[in-house]
Amino acid sequence: METFLNVTLDLLQGFGTTLKLFGLTLVFSLPLGLIFSFFSMSKFKPLSAAMKLLIWVIRGTPLMLQIIVVFYGPGLIFGWNGLDRFPAVLIAFVLNYSCYFSEIYRGGIESIPKGQYEAGQVLGMTKTQIFFKIVLLQVIKRIIPPMSNEIITLVKDTSLARIIAVYEIIWSAQVYIKSAGLIWPLFYTGAFYLIFNGILTVVFRKIEKKLDYFKG
Amino acid sequence: MSVLEVRNIKKSFGKTEVLKDISFSLEKGEVLSIIGSSGSGKTTLLRCLNFLEYADEGTITVNGKLLYDGKDGKSKRMKEAEIRTKRLHFGLVFQNFNLFPQYNVLKNIMLAPTLLNHGDEKAIEENAKKLIERVGLSDKINNYPCELSGGQQQRVAIARALALNPDILCFDEPTSALDPELTGEVLKVIKSLKTGDSTMIVVTHEMGFAREVSDKIIFMADGIIEEFGTPEEIFGNPKSEKMKAFLSRSLENI
Repeated sequence: METFLNVTLDLLQGFGTTLKLFGLTLVFSLPLGLIFSFFSMSKFKPLSAAMKLLIWVIRGTPLMLQIIVVFYGPGLIFGWNGLDRFPAVLIAFVLNYSCYFSEIYRGGIESIPKGQYEAGQVLGMTKTQIFFKIVLLQVIKRIIPPMSNEIITLVKDTSLARIIAVYEIIWSAQVYIKSAGLIWPLFYTGAFYLIFNGILTVVFRKIEKKLDYFKG
Repeated sequence: MSVLEVRNIKKSFGKTEVLKDISFSLEKGEVLSIIGSSGSGKTTLLRCLNFLEYADEGTITVNGKLLYDGKDGKSKRMKEAEIRTKRLHFGLVFQNFNLFPQYNVLKNIMLAPTLLNHGDEKAIEENAKKLIERVGLSDKINNYPCELSGGQQQRVAIARALALNPDILCFDEPTSALDPELTGEVLKVIKSLKTGDSTMIVVTHEMGFAREVSDKIIFMADGIIEEFGTPEEIFGNPKSEKMKAFLSRSLENI
């Protein structure tokens, strides 16, 4: 019983790092993804081409590899000191998720009928007003299902951080294999993910319900 | 002085010449209907007036002030802010209403005047409520567009356009997306606006409406004004073959 309590506390600590990575990734990549989507839809060809290239590279390679490159790359290639473990992982995650989010935003934005923009235009609104006052909420409503998918994947992807020894929950559980020969703490981590994703699912359903008052 | 003077408007999309040489003028308080088959350029003409498209050539003058001249090169280079002010001379009611789905009726009408700082919140709301009453939807003030019929949505769209007090209000086939039984209520509202001093341009397929309400009618065919005149002249004594053919086709449908 004592072990169970100790394991739980240890795992909770590891899960704290997991949540920190999850939360910070969202805070940065949700807005950055929107900016990326503007870049990839830009009429300025070099910008949209560069953005599409970046999206292709990021989506075309494993996140695990990206973490390794961000962490070891600067030192190996340029001889720089490089980043601490957590910031390196965070940068890789933000970059990766911004690219995925940008494609979801782009799909959402492009699905809004042209008439909505034109109605705003003939009413004398600026492009910014049209986007934030008319289009954005309709986009959000449309992208919640794919977004929730991606965000739930993010919760689980945080486990990749252990590849460069960031002490998130999987790492905390693996310590018990080496130190005490216990495998069940690793199984036990599943419950943490499951409960947290359960909460997220409920939250997303609430948001969807909240936006149910209009169609479009 | 004419409210609107359109001179020699030309517009092509790629190699297709949609408007070949359009000129007409309109006096204050007049209602102009534009009729003609699909693809004759009616909608493009309205879109050029509202700067949703830019005419390649020609001029648009409102109240004696030159708003647009196609020879100033690609007017896409016209500053965005400049276009926005110029657009406000015109209002446009779309075929598909294009109400903002996330806002209720009142907010749909108040949004633009609020964002453009047309007076304080209270005055804007009062004016919006007056307009809602004018289109007969006072009981729907808090409803969302998805809760309204097509005819009601279009009436809200008309009130929304009126809220900015345009010099010229344009209608792009305002009843084409409606069931026949809903067409009447929208046309009635448009007719009721005629008593005021609003100048209107209506692109329509409703011949009875055009005949009854218009002061002038333009019949367009293949990007040119084939005939121009009063309803009596156009319907009573059509001159061109195309106009005669179009009329007999339209009448067949009745």
